[in-house]
Amino acid sequence: MAPQQRKPHVCRNPDLIRGVGKYSRSKMYHKRGLWAIKAKNGGAFPKHEKKAVAAAPAEKPPKFYPADDVKKPLVNKRKARPTKLRASITPGTVLIVLAGRFKGKRVVFLKQLTSGLLLVTGPFKINGIPLRRVNQSYVIATSTKVDISGVNVEKFDDKYFGKKVEKKKKKGEGEFFEAEKEEKNTLPQEKKDDQKSVDAALIQCIEAVPDLKSYLGARFSLKAGMKPHELVF
Amino acid sequence: MPFKRYVEVGRVALVNYGKDYGKLVVIVDVIDQNRALVDAPDMVRGQMNFKRLTLTDIKIEIKRVPNKKTLIAALEAGDVKNKWENSSWGRKLIVQKKRASLNDFDRFKIMLAKIKKAGVVRQELAKLKKETA
Repeated sequence: MAPQQRKPHVCRNPDLIRGVGKYSRSKMYHKRGLWAIKAKNGGAFPKHEKKAVAAAPAEKPPKFYPADDVKKPLVNKRKARPTKLRASITPGTVLIVLAGRFKGKRVVFLKQLTSGLLLVTGPFKINGIPLRRVNQSYVIATSTKVDISGVNVEKFDDKYFGKKVEKKKKKGEGEFFEAEKEEKNTLPQEKKDDQKSVDAALIQCIEAVPDLKSYLGARFSLKAGMKPHELVF
Repeated sequence: MPFKRYVEVGRVALVNYGKDYGKLVVIVDVIDQNRALVDAPDMVRGQMNFKRLTLTDIKIEIKRVPNKKTLIAALEAGDVKNKWENSSWGRKLIVQKKRASLNDFDRFKIMLAKIKKAGVVRQELAKLKKETA
C-alpha cells in the first residue's frame, strides 16, 4: 500500500445553506483540535519566523515609456486537439461518405488522424476508394462493423497525405513543361503497396460476412418513402 | 352493424397515445364515462382516457381490480401474448417495428432478397406462359 494513503475526508463543517456552516467558531476550534496544538506548544499557537526576503536588486526606472497604453492580450490556455470523434464511429465501422467524388459510397473507417480527419479505405479492390482522409462531418456512421484487428495503420499520418513539395527548377522553357507533365501523373509504387497491404487483411474479413462485399461496392441513395430522420443506420 | 368489442373488465386494449404508446393493457375497472383504470404486468396501475385506447378482440377472465399477481396469472391463462402475436393486427405491428429498426446493411440484404425472389417468380411465370401459349 502506498505510504500515507488517506481516505477522502468528509468536510468537518458541512453547509446548512451556502455561506452558513453547521458549527460555530468555538465548536470548530474544538473540532480542529487547535486546543491540542496550542497545548503541545506551551499555550501559544506555534509560529514560524518569516523567511528572510532576499533584498530585491534596485530597479532602475525604465528609459522609455510607450506613448499609448497597449492592452495585453488575454491569456489563452486552450490546447489544440483532434476533433471529438462521434461515439458511433469506432475502428472498423462502415461509413457512408456524403460529399465529394465518392458520395454515397460505403467505406471502412480505420483510425482518426491527429488533424481530426478520419483515415478511411474502400477497400480499393471493392469500391475504388483508396486510403483517404475524410472529414467526420461529411460522413454517416452505420452500425455495421468490420473486424480490423489484422490491419496495421500505424504508419499513416497527415504528412503521408500532404502535397509533395517540389524543388524549384530553373526555368528552361522547353524542358520545363515536359518535366512537369511526367511527374504529376504517376502514383508512387510505395503508396500502391501500402494500399495492398492494408486491404489484404481487410478483404479477408469482409468476405467472411455474406453480402458485405457487394454492400461495400454499392452506393447509398435515398429512395421514395425513406425518411432520413427515421432511418436507423 | 352492432358493436363487437365492448369496454368491460378484462378487455385487452392497445394504447395509441402517450407515454405507454404501443403497449397492451387490460381494462381493470371503469372510472366514469371517459376513463378506465388500466393495468399491465410492466406498468403501475393507472387511469387512462378511452380515447387513448383501442380495444382489441381479446378478453380475459378477471374480477374487478385484481392484484398484480392475479392479473399476470389471468394473462397467462388467457394466452394473451400468443393470441396477440398470431393475430393479423399483432403481426402487422411486429413487422412495422422490425422494419423501423433495420440497419443500412439489413436494408441492402433485403433488397438483394427481393430481387432474387422477383427473379424466381418471373421465371416461373415465363414457364407457365410458355405452357399455355
